[in-house]
Amino acid sequence: MKFGTVDISAILIGAVWGTVWMIITGIVLMLVSGLIVSPLVGLAALTGAVGGFVFLMVQSRFENVTKTTGALAMLVLVIFGVLCAGQPFGADLGQKTLYQLIALVVWAGLTGLSIGMCLAGYRPGSAKRYRMELLLIRFLKGLAFVFFTIIVVLPFYVMLMTSFKSQQSLLANPLDFSIDFAQGFEGLFRSYVELFTQYHFGSFLLNTAFVSVCTVVITLAFAIPGAYAVARLRFPGQAFLSRSILLIYMVPAIVLVIPLYAVFSQLGLRNSLTGLLIVYPATTIPVALYMLQGYFRGLPSELEDAGLMDGLSRLGVIAKITMPLSLPALASVALYVFMIAWNEFLFAFMFLDDLDLFTLSRGVVSLNSSEVPRQHLMAGAVIATVPVLAIFLWFERFLVAGLTAGSVKG
Amino acid sequence: MTDTSIPQPPKHTGALANREKRLAYTMLIPTFLIVLGIVLGPLLANFWISFKPVQLADLRSAQTLANERLRPRPEAAGEEVILQYRIRNSSQKEPIQNVVMQDTIPSGLELSLNDERCSLDGQSLTCEFGTIEAAGRFNLEIPAIVEQSYLDAGERPRDNKAVFTGDSDNILTSFEFTLDNFRKIFSSDDFWSVLRVSLYYTVFGTLGALVLGLFAAQILNTAFKGRNVLRGLFLFPYVAPVIAVAFAWVLLLDAGPGGTFNAMLMQMGAVEGPINFLGQRHIPFTILGFTFNFPMALTTVIAFESWRYFPLSFLFILARMQSISSDMYEAAEIDGATPLQQFWYLSLPQLLGILSVLFLLRFIWTFNKFDDIFLLTGGAAGTRTLTVDVYEQAFAVSNLGAGAAVAVVVFAVLLVFALIFFKFSPQDDG
Repeated sequence: MKFGTVDISAILIGAVWGTVWMIITGIVLMLVSGLIVSPLVGLAALTGAVGGFVFLMVQSRFENVTKTTGALAMLVLVIFGVLCAGQPFGADLGQKTLYQLIALVVWAGLTGLSIGMCLAGYRPGSAKRYRMELLLIRFLKGLAFVFFTIIVVLPFYVMLMTSFKSQQSLLANPLDFSIDFAQGFEGLFRSYVELFTQYHFGSFLLNTAFVSVCTVVITLAFAIPGAYAVARLRFPGQAFLSRSILLIYMVPAIVLVIPLYAVFSQLGLRNSLTGLLIVYPATTIPVALYMLQGYFRGLPSELEDAGLMDGLSRLGVIAKITMPLSLPALASVALYVFMIAWNEFLFAFMFLDDLDLFTLSRGVVSLNSSEVPRQHLMAGAVIATVPVLAIFLWFERFLVAGLTAGSVKG
Repeated sequence: MTDTSIPQPPKHTGALANREKRLAYTMLIPTFLIVLGIVLGPLLANFWISFKPVQLADLRSAQTLANERLRPRPEAAGEEVILQYRIRNSSQKEPIQNVVMQDTIPSGLELSLNDERCSLDGQSLTCEFGTIEAAGRFNLEIPAIVEQSYLDAGERPRDNKAVFTGDSDNILTSFEFTLDNFRKIFSSDDFWSVLRVSLYYTVFGTLGALVLGLFAAQILNTAFKGRNVLRGLFLFPYVAPVIAVAFAWVLLLDAGPGGTFNAMLMQMGAVEGPINFLGQRHIPFTILGFTFNFPMALTTVIAFESWRYFPLSFLFILARMQSISSDMYEAAEIDGATPLQQFWYLSLPQLLGILSVLFLLRFIWTFNKFDDIFLLTGGAAGTRTLTVDVYEQAFAVSNLGAGAAVAVVVFAVLLVFALIFFKFSPQDDG
């Protein structure tokens, strides 16, 4: 048996996974336990490489080996290899031994699993181009998984954990995100309690909810008839409207800010929630109308014709036939508009001066000063994020279906 | 030979069609009005303002303000006092014409009116002052005798504020025009670098979001346990409020003590000292004897933009990929195409339509983006784009006219992009 491309790949893949997982488990260990570590990356790469090669050999020796047993064989070897080095994370094993051992097992398990997933079904020696590309793609997909998960999770993790810390401990060790349960419930949620009691976050939350819900209601009230007219009724300019309505969405908000600021100042609408309730729907109606008309078009018009034949008026048809049929689309549009209104920053920032009127976006910005500790800022960010994320996760399938429906052809 | 007996389609619109037309217009009118008022109107107004010498302070229209009091403070009934109004024009620039004051005098105060500008009707005092010059101020003094009922009632003159009416010119509605705003922004040294930064930001931010989205869609295209969870997770950056994620990045990338990411890098031995990701304009580095300036802060905001918007492109690309029929791939498989060949020759051409649409939309939206850079760097350290410049000029420097002029440039550049896209865009799908 000759030493071939698959063997080389197995060694390289093992080395990369060993390194990647060592860095990640090292950092996670650091964040969770507060222990200062500097992982032995070289050793991890070496062990991973050996592990990759051994996995390949074990797999070829036993014809019916499953992925799991292969990975298990790896795991034992890998733990053994690292334990020999004594200090796998570059810190004395005596400190936080339990954490270190768990991290070690996790590292070995993840490395073994990744190698197993990449190399499953491969035999030592050389392989054809097809098989080699498949191997490469599996490997890259695995890396991409890790990469995307980290870049998405890390900022949110830092945001959440910072809000539980105190200024001193943050400055002392910015890598220590271990939660100190010794300070009790009150100590842990001190920032949140202060935001709600001293920084008016209760009223910010109510204002934001009020503005967002009203924006959704107003937008739907305007967009449903408009979308129906564009989708179903024949009138001069229909084709032009259905094409060009989205162009409104291309107008930059920053161009509108100066005139609206000037005019609303004169009319006394600037420093008021009414002002926001005029501007927000105006920016969301075009996109809502566009999404809805795409959906209305897809409904079978025979149903509506039947309703018309049976004596319903147009408005009756819309209320009794079209609306019930398009509930999923309405839900997705409502959710999308809600998200836009909840997250809107520019107009809230420019328009609102009074503390009682602040929305969350405006309120969190006001926390961004050197006088307010940063855990308060992050607690504010968490308060602004949690409701919209919760609602999003609740209705996710509607949103995903609705957002992409208009633009994708089968 | 023409046969008139063959029925022709009617030339005019029938009653039903007319009714349908009217109904359609009725249903569209609310949308039309609000879009006209809040989007198209301001768009035109912005052009108007860009030609006017208007400062932020000019928005507060000229007003007449008054302080009223009794001198000396009355102690006993029958005392002679003076009711004094100190009146001024709040504006430093604009006179106010036809100023009329109306006030209700507290009961028990016997005025002996000696001013022909004023008239008294019961308890209500009306005075006509004519024109008050810009920043003009004067006092109106009316002698009065205090009665016991005044002292008993406890109602004082200032409890009831005097109401003023008057006309003043508004700089926004006058017909005074200037080209100074445009002259100012085009002659400033910054302008061209701002334009260049905008283009870099737009192009690389768009490409970054698209490429990340394409990769994310690739890894989620195969079915596996927990895929829906991961898909929801990948959408987080797009769904979370921009203030929350922007400040999370700012704290994460902080170069001072307490910056987590820098601490991580230093702990891993990747860098010597902390990198100021958001505050440093350039990082010089040397390759083969050539020294390059790496635009650090700009790269970071581009990375943020890509990070925040990859979910959107990922979602659309994934939806498109899942609608591609598997027959083609099976055929390619039989013909011996390798996975990369299948991606290059089958998937990519199928995705080209959605990719170009996404590119167009994201390009325009990225160009329009204001919040992200404003919150991350405030436009400092070589990250000032045109949109941030609008804010800087109009509200930081308080020159509304110049801000509007930059906004006109934003709109003009956008129009140019739109023309280019329509010229070269594929006509098939979208």
